[in-house]
Amino acid sequence: MRSKRHWGGASVGLKLAAAAGLVFLHLPVWVIVLYAFTTEDRTYAFPPPGLTLHWFEAAFARDDIWEAMRLSLMVASIATLAALILGTLAAFALARSNFRAKESITLLFVLPIALPGIITGLALLAGIRSVGLTPGFWTIVAGHATFCLVIVHNNVIARLRRIPPSWVEASMDLGADGWQTFRYVLLPQIATALLAGGMLAFALSFDEIIVTLFTAGHERTLPIWFYNELFRPRERPITNVVAVIVILVTLGPILLAYYLTRPDEHSSGN
Amino acid sequence: MTDQRKRDASPAIELREASRAFGPVVALDRISLTISPGEFFALLGPSGSGKTTCLRLIAGFDHPDSGQVLLDGVDVTDIPPFERNVNTVFQDYALFPHMNVADNVAYGLRVRGVAAAERRKRALEMLDLVQLESFADRRSTQLSGGQKQRVALARALINQPKVLLLDEPLGALDLKLREEMQTELKSLQQRLGITFVFVTHDQGEALSMANRVAVFNAGRIEQLDTPRALYTRPKTAFVAGFVGSANVVESDLAERLTGRRQAFAIRPELIRIVTNGAPPPDHVVTEGVLENILYHGASSRCHVRTGDGAVLAVAQAESGDAAALPAPGTRVRISWPRASAVPLE
Amino acid sequence: MVARSVSRFLHGRQGFYLALLLAPPLLWLGTVYLASLFALLAQSFYAIDEFTARVVPELTLKTYRQLVGHPANVDIVLRTVLMAVAVTLASAVIAFPVANYMARHAGPRMKALFYVGVMLPMWTSYLVKVYAWRLLLAKEGIISWALTGLGLQGPLDRLLAVPVVGGPSLASSYIGMFIVFVYMWLPFMILPLAAALERVPQSLLQASADLGARPGQTFRTVVLPLALPGLAAGSIFTFSLTLGDYIIPSVVGAPGYFIGMMVYQQQGTAGNMPLAAAFSIVPIVLIAIYLALARRMGAFDAL
Repeated sequence: MRSKRHWGGASVGLKLAAAAGLVFLHLPVWVIVLYAFTTEDRTYAFPPPGLTLHWFEAAFARDDIWEAMRLSLMVASIATLAALILGTLAAFALARSNFRAKESITLLFVLPIALPGIITGLALLAGIRSVGLTPGFWTIVAGHATFCLVIVHNNVIARLRRIPPSWVEASMDLGADGWQTFRYVLLPQIATALLAGGMLAFALSFDEIIVTLFTAGHERTLPIWFYNELFRPRERPITNVVAVIVILVTLGPILLAYYLTRPDEHSSGN
Repeated sequence: MTDQRKRDASPAIELREASRAFGPVVALDRISLTISPGEFFALLGPSGSGKTTCLRLIAGFDHPDSGQVLLDGVDVTDIPPFERNVNTVFQDYALFPHMNVADNVAYGLRVRGVAAAERRKRALEMLDLVQLESFADRRSTQLSGGQKQRVALARALINQPKVLLLDEPLGALDLKLREEMQTELKSLQQRLGITFVFVTHDQGEALSMANRVAVFNAGRIEQLDTPRALYTRPKTAFVAGFVGSANVVESDLAERLTGRRQAFAIRPELIRIVTNGAPPPDHVVTEGVLENILYHGASSRCHVRTGDGAVLAVAQAESGDAAALPAPGTRVRISWPRASAVPLE
Repeated sequence: MVARSVSRFLHGRQGFYLALLLAPPLLWLGTVYLASLFALLAQSFYAIDEFTARVVPELTLKTYRQLVGHPANVDIVLRTVLMAVAVTLASAVIAFPVANYMARHAGPRMKALFYVGVMLPMWTSYLVKVYAWRLLLAKEGIISWALTGLGLQGPLDRLLAVPVVGGPSLASSYIGMFIVFVYMWLPFMILPLAAALERVPQSLLQASADLGARPGQTFRTVVLPLALPGLAAGSIFTFSLTLGDYIIPSVVGAPGYFIGMMVYQQQGTAGNMPLAAAFSIVPIVLIAIYLALARRMGAFDAL
């Protein structure tokens, strides 16, 4: 725009500062990715003396890494499934209804993710102990499902609100009952929202550390494995490899969800 | 009476004292009406008058707070829309974007478990009925407004309902298309022989298409009559003004003009501007200033402000003679036959 | 046909239908989460018996008194709050040029690049980022190596020698912790700020110039005040996330305790659940107060 130029556009200083900020944000992670390939395993000489896939091999040979990965995948899958069901039910209930408790209920859904992790984690631990359970696999899943719920809910409800009520009425008018309307008309429309919500929930669960530390007992998810390794000076490159794996497993779904939730042509209001 | 005769005698649609309020707003106030089988019926009124609520009660999308809805003599008040033999064409057409045209049309059959091949066959038949057979495999999002409406029509008719409801069907179309669709809907209804009920705020549409019209105002039906009766013999000031925009003369002015304290309506085309000589003895006469003239092609509408301040509209048919009308600003005398005035409640 | 009869039954019974839908998620959250929160709150009103080292289930304010009475405990809270405030201020300063450029000066492609560029690190695993910084800040880490290479070893040593915030290395000093915190929450400050800046109407800027203001003046008097809600919104994240964080202080930083670490330690090895609970109530209260303040500054409209 002409007027932008009139305001001096962006001064060189501003551009530099902005670029510096962006570089600051990216550098650390790229460094770690780089050092997953280094041949040197002791110090962090820069540039790395050589590049190799050796550490990837070593990491894949490690049983404890596979165990932790398996556990994380299982927890994430089940928690995501639970979040999908509960979150979708909640979304359908709140999409177009109007009752006094609605805002409080929405607040309740947001709390697990809005309050700091230590509080959610400690609360869950207190709850677990008060009913005499011991922390383990299912307590991890329960904790994750609790804060993944709101993610699915937000995605689905946003989509539901863009569906004109006349579609549901038209479907029922033509002879479809509630279930058929859901299957033939609503489900195809919320499919992308379900997928996106599920991906985000999966990524969140896979990467979660704070609440998991409280609810895990003796189980070790991949983040817990990683956390323990943070203090070990040896075998850093293997830890780097695991870092790369974690990045891929969590970033991938998030990117996918991001592109899924951008408005597409098969929705209403085209 | 046997059951069969009873059913033949019962109206297609009946509302008994149906009321519906949304919080403090009363949408329908003890509405009763009956619609006979095979009628082309219009619910006419300004927005917020309750006509759409009435339609929704018939369709089953809404439930009356009190009163009953009957279809074919059977009380369906508590019956969900998917179990009523009534289908609707929506104002926004409500076509499903993730299905193509044929699948949209066949939807009503799909939910009844009809096999795919049979569904496609019947869908093509319905599309043929609305002259869109070649559009069967298009995506429903690629259609124009008029085409979408025909698809919505075909979709609503595939279940062979006894009653078809249309919610402001022609509102989104341009003038030419609207007139075409009016003729098409009328002939379609006559061909199918089923009951059509449509909602509109356009009195011209209601008058030209319907057998009978119910005029709604603030949740009540002010008059239910044939189009001609509504036009020539409106019962209330509202109907007189809304349908055909007749002049409404309040009781005070009426007393000054006619000597009787009875409000009445007089249609603009029945008033004459007195150009030569005296008007006949059975005419009411008054005079005023010709304020402005609106040219409508077939006729011109002249607004005359009488001494009392009331403005009367006079419709003068186009005679082809440009000098036939006095210039704005002139004092004119106008008259109308005493008997043409329609007394109002 | 079961589905149809259920549909028929639910038709007209809106309340029942809603209750049916909401029952599972509400029951879940109610029992798993809310009940646990109340259990936690209740715990904070119990106290631990010094002799038996067990929790006495009687309501008392003893634990809270311990919390505010012990100078060490108060230190912990103060330390955490100070860090949160410092991080918030620094984030605002660093985020501003980035957000300003993104929102008001970047062309469409640059803008898209920047948005994705800011969101990518935000979406990257939290632990991986913490780990990365630990390596970067270590004595034999890259930053140390880079500064030595640039001949800045001296200034670095002097920085680390500063009392309280310094330390043996960046990785075990408050400075290091501070840097990591700023890095972690920076995207959360940039995005709302950029959104707020984008909403500044061009017409206001033109009017300002029209009336004779130089770009710098316009910035100070027009843009900055309008960006305030965005800053407030971003600060909610930086403040509360820092306040409640447990991992970063234990991985990167000086030996001083932060609230999060205290909570973890008290419920674990110390076995003092009531004190842990009391400590965890502190962030909730502080965040609630902060939210109320931020709302006053319009943060909620900028979220």
